[in-house]
Amino acid sequence: MIQINHLSKTFEGATVHHALRDVSLTIEDGDIYGIIGASGAGKSTLVRCINLLERPTAGQLFINGVDVVNLRGKPLLELRRSIGMIFQDFSLFQQRSVLHNVTFPLELRHDNKQHRVARARELLEIVGLADKETSYPAQLSGGQQQRVAIARALANEPTIMLCDEATSALDTRTTTSILKLLKNINQEFGVTMVVITHSLSVAHKICNKIAVIDEGRIVESGSTADVFAHPQSPITKELLASDTLSVGA
Amino acid sequence: MEAIQGFLSQYGSLLAQGVWDTLVMTGVSTFFAYVIGIPIGVLVVLTSPTGLRPLRVANTVLGWIVNIGRSIPFIILLVALIPFTRWIVGTSLGVPGAVVPLVVAAAPFVGRMVEQSLAEVDSGLIEAAMSSGASTSQIVFKVFLRESLPSLVRGASITFITLFGYAAMAGTVGAGGLGDIAIRYGYQRFQGDIMVVAVILCIVLVQIIQSIGDIVARKIDKRN
Repeated sequence: MIQINHLSKTFEGATVHHALRDVSLTIEDGDIYGIIGASGAGKSTLVRCINLLERPTAGQLFINGVDVVNLRGKPLLELRRSIGMIFQDFSLFQQRSVLHNVTFPLELRHDNKQHRVARARELLEIVGLADKETSYPAQLSGGQQQRVAIARALANEPTIMLCDEATSALDTRTTTSILKLLKNINQEFGVTMVVITHSLSVAHKICNKIAVIDEGRIVESGSTADVFAHPQSPITKELLASDTLSVGA
Repeated sequence: MEAIQGFLSQYGSLLAQGVWDTLVMTGVSTFFAYVIGIPIGVLVVLTSPTGLRPLRVANTVLGWIVNIGRSIPFIILLVALIPFTRWIVGTSLGVPGAVVPLVVAAAPFVGRMVEQSLAEVDSGLIEAAMSSGASTSQIVFKVFLRESLPSLVRGASITFITLFGYAAMAGTVGAGGLGDIAIRYGYQRFQGDIMVVAVILCIVLVQIIQSIGDIVARKIDKRN
């Protein structure tokens, strides 16, 4: 379970930027939780706070009951190992083969080589790329690269997976197949997913709950069906309206 | 034909020794320049304001050292360092005497080259590694250095060729090598033929090294 209490994140540079303002959110085990909003709304910052790539300025963040906001050193590395993450641009290591991209997280914990390779092959099987282990990322399509990234994110057997606009760089068909894979992983391995997206259709396809974020604030949250059927906030209505337009066009 | 044979029998071993000395001098100093330069480059990247361990003071001081090191002309460094060279290797002459100033001249240069290679590594990869639970040292060795390897290899051939030129200058203080031969025979004794051959050897060697560097860099780069 991920429990976020009154979380704020402020960036202080030349100007002060409030990326998150008093965000509270509960994500239950097994959820596929969508965080939707326009670009710059703060959704990326929010998800990056969950594995502490960004450190919150104020508030509490409980992951499986432990307040992690102030974790440092080894416990922080261990927390990150229990949370997988995938990215919009896949972020695969270009100089490593597919197999060695997937073994990377296991190398970090000094697993022995045989175990690493066996586990990586298992994961490549799950994402449907068993025949690509000797390829390099540059030789793969976008969808295949994201599958490798998913296998890498699963290597540490995480209980939570963060997906930061994971399908935004992919075409519609590939998006559908990646979403299906994520859903399977959620159901088969019970991995809780936090899905960041600006696309309502992505949220609609896989999320059981969503939160709408605008200017660093959660403006609405609830079950996906409810929010889509009875949007409360003007922002959500606007998002829904513009999405229908884009589908119609 | 006879003239060439005569020339070779008279000067062949001298020139072969020159080529050998130059390559040893350049190779050894490139190696030690990297031993010092890689940590410098890594530290500059890590301590930069956007780095993994931002540390303004260290970053500024390292920047100064690198810039000062790179702004002293090599010929001056060569002479100014003589006492230091004697202290380190016991002599300021010959190949060992040349290696010390070559390393001192090249290390800051290498530091900059390494810094630039590491800066090319996509910041998304650093995030991916962090989210996998990588420590800073794991990110340095498994991401920064690993992912920039082709670029580092290209940098190494540039460094080697730069030092090759510097090594010839070290000939002026009796370091041996092709530069030394060109100066003693060509300049001091007016034996133009030897100087021409020494120059041609330099050109050929540089071409070979550049080609090897390019081939290796291309071979290990998996991006295409």
